[in-house]
Amino acid sequence: MLNRLFMPLLVTGGLLFASAPFMIARAPYESTMGLIQKVFYFHVPSAMVMFASAFVCGIASAMFLFGKRRGSDMVAAAAAELTVVFGVIVLVTGPIWARKAWGVWWQWDARLTSSLILWMIFVAYLLLRRFGGYGSEKLAAGVALFGMANVPFVYWSVNVWRTLHPKTTVVPSLGPGMRDAFWWCVVAFVALYVALLAARVRLERGRLSLEELYLALDE
Amino acid sequence: MTDRHTRRTLILLTVLAMVGLLQLTITASTESAATDAIGGASGGARAQPQQAAQDEFVPIGELPPEEQLPAAPLLVTAYAFVWVALIGYLWSIWRRVGRVEIELAEVGRRLRKAQER
Amino acid sequence: MAFARVAWLIMRKDLTVEARSRDILYTTAFFAASCVLVFAFAFVRDGRALDDAAAGILWIAIAFAGTLGLGRGFERERSNETLRALLLAPAPRPAIYVGKLLSIVALLAAIECVLVPLVSLMFQAPLLRHPVLMLALLASGTVGFAAVGTLFAAMLTGARTRDVLLPVLLYPITIPVIIAGVRGTAALLQVDADLDMARAWIGMLVFFDTVFITLALWTFEPLMTD
Repeated sequence: MLNRLFMPLLVTGGLLFASAPFMIARAPYESTMGLIQKVFYFHVPSAMVMFASAFVCGIASAMFLFGKRRGSDMVAAAAAELTVVFGVIVLVTGPIWARKAWGVWWQWDARLTSSLILWMIFVAYLLLRRFGGYGSEKLAAGVALFGMANVPFVYWSVNVWRTLHPKTTVVPSLGPGMRDAFWWCVVAFVALYVALLAARVRLERGRLSLEELYLALDE
Repeated sequence: MTDRHTRRTLILLTVLAMVGLLQLTITASTESAATDAIGGASGGARAQPQQAAQDEFVPIGELPPEEQLPAAPLLVTAYAFVWVALIGYLWSIWRRVGRVEIELAEVGRRLRKAQER
Repeated sequence: MAFARVAWLIMRKDLTVEARSRDILYTTAFFAASCVLVFAFAFVRDGRALDDAAAGILWIAIAFAGTLGLGRGFERERSNETLRALLLAPAPRPAIYVGKLLSIVALLAAIECVLVPLVSLMFQAPLLRHPVLMLALLASGTVGFAAVGTLFAAMLTGARTRDVLLPVLLYPITIPVIIAGVRGTAALLQVDADLDMARAWIGMLVFFDTVFITLALWTFEPLMTD
């Protein structure tokens, strides 16, 4: 099913994505932060997709661990990689925005720090899958589960840690013009995410067939 | 991967890349229009509701001139990075799928030969 | 066999083995002390430590010593194939986890008995001014760290690159424990100690422990069996 959705999703996502700049350019100019605030239209949807992907990975991992369904493992591996990719986007666009808006690249902002920790958990997941040797798919599934369960704790503790210092929130209340551009970008990112997930799962499926063929060859 | 697939993907990627370049041009031209608008905006002409508390944030106008970075290059870099990251990742998947399919064909061939014997 | 009995037996076995040779205890405790010394050089200037350095150093030393102890403890299991034997035994699997968890917590508790006075002395930090809260903080934090660590160390015993993978996997997930431990300790070390803050962190740690021990009990069996 994912395979058939891939091309239409990619085209839709691509078109939405490509037309996003027009929407963004037309969006009202944010009075305090100026032009740089427009990074937000790509930064926040990326963050939303990253968190969603982390949950997809966690749920797929649970299904793999407890339901022993091989297909779930493929989705989990794909979702983990996508979490890392979208995480990189968040962690690069965030500091770029911060550099202009606050004057420094990194401020231990609660949200960025929580995203960094989540990103590192999924990088650890990928490292385990790659270098853990035999049976590491299951172990990685355990890590993903723990990572997903950890999200509220990370968020709470980093938030409390940071509110002892001045608070820095950067998501302003959205005026109507901005809201349209924002949700346009969210839809574009989600479409692209599902398309990329489909492509990545296809790669996993190919690798599985290859493994089975090698086994058959050995007999 | 069949040639038809490859061609379709390459065309799509080229279209996306061209639109990306178009977008950079638009952002650049918007920026010059926006710098004209800043003068009016700071006067409160724009009636946009804002703002969440930001104790550490200093509004652009109040920073000493040396510290004020031009926003446009940073904005363009951010957007360009997002494009590069997404297209780069898609390309990486495509490349890996291609390699796996070549290897699948090869091993399939060997298996068939072994089974014939 | 009953759950609690199995857990108790496993813990007793580990502690007995350890009590005879004491190699893990001595070497890990010494390692923790060296950590404190190394950090002292990083964070002490003009004979005085930076603010909150004592809290941070204490918990980092616990984390490092814990990782080392976990690795060594399960290495022992692996080289004698005792873990496989345990899994083959007709014992409820989660009980094995609890047994190992208890022994690791006991090891870390022994190390903390050395660490807390040491840090307190070297950094002039009155760690035991509020003994009950400090103890609760240490207990809940150590249990949280050990809960995740025991599971990961157990599941990595068969892996090739287990030595480096254990910290790689463990540290990001136990960051909330470290934050809570350090901030809670710092709150208690302040001149007029922020007891409510410390209690809030202890509360979070207890919640963390509950959630992750439960999760570990659920996942121990599928993770350890093929």
